[in-house]
Amino acid sequence: MTKQERMKIPRQEMPLQDTLIRRGNFEEVSLGLPEDAAVKEAERCLQCKKPKCVEGCPVGVLIPQFIKALREGDINEAVRVMKIKNNLPAVCGRVCPQENQCEGNCILGKTGEPLAIGRLERYIGDYELSRRTCPMVKPHDTGKKVAVVGSGPAGIACAVDLGREGHKVTIFESLHSAGGVLIYGIPEFRLPKPVVHSEIDYAVQCLGIEIKTDHIIGRTVTLDELLGEYDAVFIGTGAGLPNFMKIPGINYSGVMSANEFLTRINLMKAYRFPEYDTPVRIGGRVAVIGAGNVAMDSARCAVRLQKSMGMESGEVHVIYRRSRDEVPARLEEFHHAEEEGIIFDFLTSPVEIFGDINGNVTGIKCIRMKLGDADASGRKKPVPLANSEFTIDVDTVIMALGTSPNPVVFTNNGNLRRTNEGTVVADNETGRTSRERLWAGGDVVTGSATVISAMGAGKRAAADIHRFLMEGM
Amino acid sequence: MYTILDKQALNDAIKLMVIEAPHVARKASAGQFVIVRIDDFGERVPLTIADFDRSAGTVTIIFQEAGKSTKHLGSLNAGDNLATFAGPLGHPTEIKRYGAVICVAGGVGIAPVYPIAKALKEAGNVVISIVGARNKGLLFWEERMRTVSDELIVCTDDGSYGRKAVVTEPLKEILSVKNIANVWAIGPAIMMKFVSMLTKEFNVPTVVSLNTIMIDGTGMCGGCRVLLEDGAKFVCVDGPEFDGHKIDWDSLLSRQRIYLNEERIASGRWEHICNLDKSDETAGDKDK
Repeated sequence: MTKQERMKIPRQEMPLQDTLIRRGNFEEVSLGLPEDAAVKEAERCLQCKKPKCVEGCPVGVLIPQFIKALREGDINEAVRVMKIKNNLPAVCGRVCPQENQCEGNCILGKTGEPLAIGRLERYIGDYELSRRTCPMVKPHDTGKKVAVVGSGPAGIACAVDLGREGHKVTIFESLHSAGGVLIYGIPEFRLPKPVVHSEIDYAVQCLGIEIKTDHIIGRTVTLDELLGEYDAVFIGTGAGLPNFMKIPGINYSGVMSANEFLTRINLMKAYRFPEYDTPVRIGGRVAVIGAGNVAMDSARCAVRLQKSMGMESGEVHVIYRRSRDEVPARLEEFHHAEEEGIIFDFLTSPVEIFGDINGNVTGIKCIRMKLGDADASGRKKPVPLANSEFTIDVDTVIMALGTSPNPVVFTNNGNLRRTNEGTVVADNETGRTSRERLWAGGDVVTGSATVISAMGAGKRAAADIHRFLMEGM
Repeated sequence: MYTILDKQALNDAIKLMVIEAPHVARKASAGQFVIVRIDDFGERVPLTIADFDRSAGTVTIIFQEAGKSTKHLGSLNAGDNLATFAGPLGHPTEIKRYGAVICVAGGVGIAPVYPIAKALKEAGNVVISIVGARNKGLLFWEERMRTVSDELIVCTDDGSYGRKAVVTEPLKEILSVKNIANVWAIGPAIMMKFVSMLTKEFNVPTVVSLNTIMIDGTGMCGGCRVLLEDGAKFVCVDGPEFDGHKIDWDSLLSRQRIYLNEERIASGRWEHICNLDKSDETAGDKDK
């Protein structure tokens, strides 16, 4: 096939669950490319000599190589190539912001649509989960022991890479289920939990990794104790502490963090109450504050709960202080949210939450904003417009304003350097912290970021830990 | 899985269980709590640690059957397993030599107060304990409390045992005549509120232990937040003990009611299933 012929092939569209139907269920929205579409999409790849896509990937997936294997019909080879760099392709294929990473760099995107690398990654990941080809093997036992704190993307990536080097790895997880934010944060309709369980169980079984759930490091066991028992320790506890706006009324019943809302739904299956014991409270008029991925997930969960509870006339607002152009969520999620009927109130910022005499939320007072000059983050700073206050009647307020690292892990741990924001000071390339034999990576170092960047940090730390364990430096 | 090694009914509604959980027993202290989940359908329920045995690797919990989860838990027996037993969580009670102290316990609050009173006594404090319950049937551990107290006052709301009074009555009498260094109060939120209001009048520092709505117990959900004079705090990581004089009790009481309706639904459904199981073993399936 010539380059021109390849460039004429249209980007293969992802089959989606019907908009009206999916608003009332928690089943996956994106259904995955069928085989013929996956191969056709793979044919579009120009196999660039200097692949820009790989530069855009935080873990450096060998993209042209896996796509070549895929279109040559050797899917087992595609899986093998994928797993060299990415331990969780079925997860990353679903939740990575590809438009800003691999696909954002794709040369096809200069003149037309970029290659759908994320969709192909998911295709490979799903194939592997259903076939269990397991290209990962534990080569030999080095006799070294590593403790990994947290079983989210950073911890799993670190643990798997260390397991592949033959080290004995134990993961400590505070919740009852491994996966971190993949389990408690990302909804079923975007990332089905069986996919997460399957990817983790599989990697763990192949490599003999042990996962100790119900262990809260800092309480059940301290970091000092781990350092006493293990040759190296990696902290990948993420950023789990929810931020609340400092406005009056945040303690009214009906105001909750996105973490609480999503944990009830995802980890505890509250959308299936009373079959499952954990309930979730949702009213007919919901306000979600913030417009990141967590806000989109919350708003879309809220719509689904309303519809499944028969609140057809329910309203879900996303309140965001900047404009449509600055929405930090993935484009695809933002579009899906719009399709599902979520109302976006841009250039709007809450100033107070109102409640009734019983302490239940009744409304949220907001102020209109305009965009001023760029701030430290490079984004235009929102400035309040005088005398523009107005009230939206709501009965539920969900705060999706980002998170900070949970301080519990650091209990009685004096000399580990942390920033004023609570993040751990660690070298970006190696993950080394101010304490010997202690590494950290992912959101606990960077603050809230993406699954793939956390995986990248976990992998870089694993490489450095391995070097340290084998060479003693 | 965590095995229930022993189960005792302290009275009709309050049960004691000894759980095999060496990872929690190793670190447990008075004042801390655990998160319990019965099975894959279960909630994560915070329960105070009533006692522990480090060498045996066991932790004792005491709970009152109120909603679906505690009724379900109460229906389990020695030999059964729990899916989750995580902890110890929260900060331990600050035990030191204060002088003369009062420990006030209401209802099932006797369980968490006992290890605190015991530790205070061992630290050389003069411990006066006031134990209250709605009626005689809800009282337990009177003798245990007596062994760790210099003085024990028992009262019931209905006068079926001890003195007919609410705990604040004897508390007020003692505060009026004795120099008290510190008060601990654990029980229903409304009791802790009135104890705190009273001790504030006498300017006696008061520690309360809060049991709020909680999902993970590790600081992640923020559902347990409580308003203090100096802003919102999370009960799971900042508490569970707080200065009773600084708490916005009305906000706390209203937040505790958030899921009352759902609790009723779950509890009714549970009893329905239990009754069907009793009358017809196959009938329970129809409900699913």
